[in-house]
Amino acid sequence: MKKYLSFFKLRFAMSLQYRVAALAGVVCQFFWGAMAILAFYAFYETDPASFPMDFQATATYIWLQQGLLAMLALYGGTDAKVFESIQNGNIVYELCRPVSIYSMWFANNLANRLARALLRLIPVVAVASLLPAPFGLMAPPDIATGLLFILSLMLALWVVAAFTLVVYNVTFFTISDRGVRLVSVSLSDFLMGAVVPLPFFPDGFRQFAELLPFSCMENVPLRVYSGDLAGPEMVRAILLQVFWAFALVLIGKLLERKALKRVVVQGG
Amino acid sequence: MIEVSHLRKTFRVARRDPGFKNAVKALFRREYEEIHALDGISFSIGEGEMVGYIGPNGAGKSSTIKVLSGVLTPDSGVCRVDGRVPWKERVKHVAQIGVVFGQRSQLWWDVPVIDSFELLKDIYKIPEAAYRKNVDELTQLLDLSQLLRTPTRQLSLGQRMRCEIAASLLHSPKILFLDEPTIGLDAVSKLAVRDFVKKINREQKTTVILTTHDMQDIEALASRVILIGKGRILLDGTLDDIRRGGEQIDETIAHLYKKYDI
Repeated sequence: MKKYLSFFKLRFAMSLQYRVAALAGVVCQFFWGAMAILAFYAFYETDPASFPMDFQATATYIWLQQGLLAMLALYGGTDAKVFESIQNGNIVYELCRPVSIYSMWFANNLANRLARALLRLIPVVAVASLLPAPFGLMAPPDIATGLLFILSLMLALWVVAAFTLVVYNVTFFTISDRGVRLVSVSLSDFLMGAVVPLPFFPDGFRQFAELLPFSCMENVPLRVYSGDLAGPEMVRAILLQVFWAFALVLIGKLLERKALKRVVVQGG
Repeated sequence: MIEVSHLRKTFRVARRDPGFKNAVKALFRREYEEIHALDGISFSIGEGEMVGYIGPNGAGKSSTIKVLSGVLTPDSGVCRVDGRVPWKERVKHVAQIGVVFGQRSQLWWDVPVIDSFELLKDIYKIPEAAYRKNVDELTQLLDLSQLLRTPTRQLSLGQRMRCEIAASLLHSPKILFLDEPTIGLDAVSKLAVRDFVKKINREQKTTVILTTHDMQDIEALASRVILIGKGRILLDGTLDDIRRGGEQIDETIAHLYKKYDI
């Protein structure tokens, strides 16, 4: 266990050193968030009655989403070095060490996502909570909701990291990562509620999307925070997160076991 | 220590003729060729031996190293290293070995070398005292004191190779696989690395298996030479067995390659 903690620490420290990238990210996310909120406001003004979420909750959802982009978006935490090491065969060195490749990559991914999000979250939250209602980031309705949000956020981080590991391991079979990445990023972005929140999806399709692992990434914690997702519905959503957290790790590990049996090291 | 018999590994390699037309054709029908990287390899190596594993490009040297280090699963054959089947008990097996792949890097690119060493200490669970002792000794012998605090990406190839070799030895492995370890080293570093390998072999009875195209490495280090070509073992003996009087080592080897038509 200690070795994976060391991977975590080293990766966390490494990811923290990219300050300029974080600054650029924050500026970009701030503008993106503002644009998205204004677009939603235009819809809201047209017909407030058919708006499926409270407007203040929508704005809060978008600010949190921007602040946590590096943590919860699939591409926010994928590590290009992993894809490279599979493609050019540098993974041979990892295989020559007494570590589980899965646990090492998982620890790295958690660290990378947490460190990068930490740098971006604080400025976005600071600015967004100063904005006037209903455009700003509101506080959670009560402390219990705040705590449930943190629990759900950690589960979401686990699910998205486990899904990243599935993507990594699929690359063992396809060699090139471009197709896998393109498909997984577009699918996950849409289905986790990064383009529009899931309550805006049409009925029928929405219920289906809510069962997928993607809904456990952004959809659940961001809606728990504002109280949009509460009561038994929230309990069900958190249990689903737990389910996918286990299931995706299992799928990733099975894929890895299959992949390592037939591994050929590229490039001599 | 190492027992290998009738090891086979076949790769399927896609082949096509040059040109756009053939590239399009390959979209629909791809031709594969079977490459017998290992075609029934057998040998055994005792504890404390230093063996030079030589052969022309594509002979199967690296494939053998990869099977022995637990990375590659062979198609058939038996292989035991220190009583273990490497690819079946990978994690336990690799804790006992050290590997240097001369053309790759194992150090973490963006952090100072010493950070990579500290991480390796945790990975291999090296006790603090042993770690200190090894780092001090390696620093002195491979002249690393100026390099340890530099990020890996800013080292020259030769400087990095010295750090790579040190990184592979921090956990005092019983067996050391060196896959072209002197690539890109200057004369001084080459001699330092050779002396160092000799020293650990002598003092710690480390078994060393070395593949290289630098025949001076072989001359300096290996008492025993195994020649492989087209996936088969062609010769297994001492350097004196293959050497004919008054010849340069490179000529001897070139002559051997011609003789076996590899």
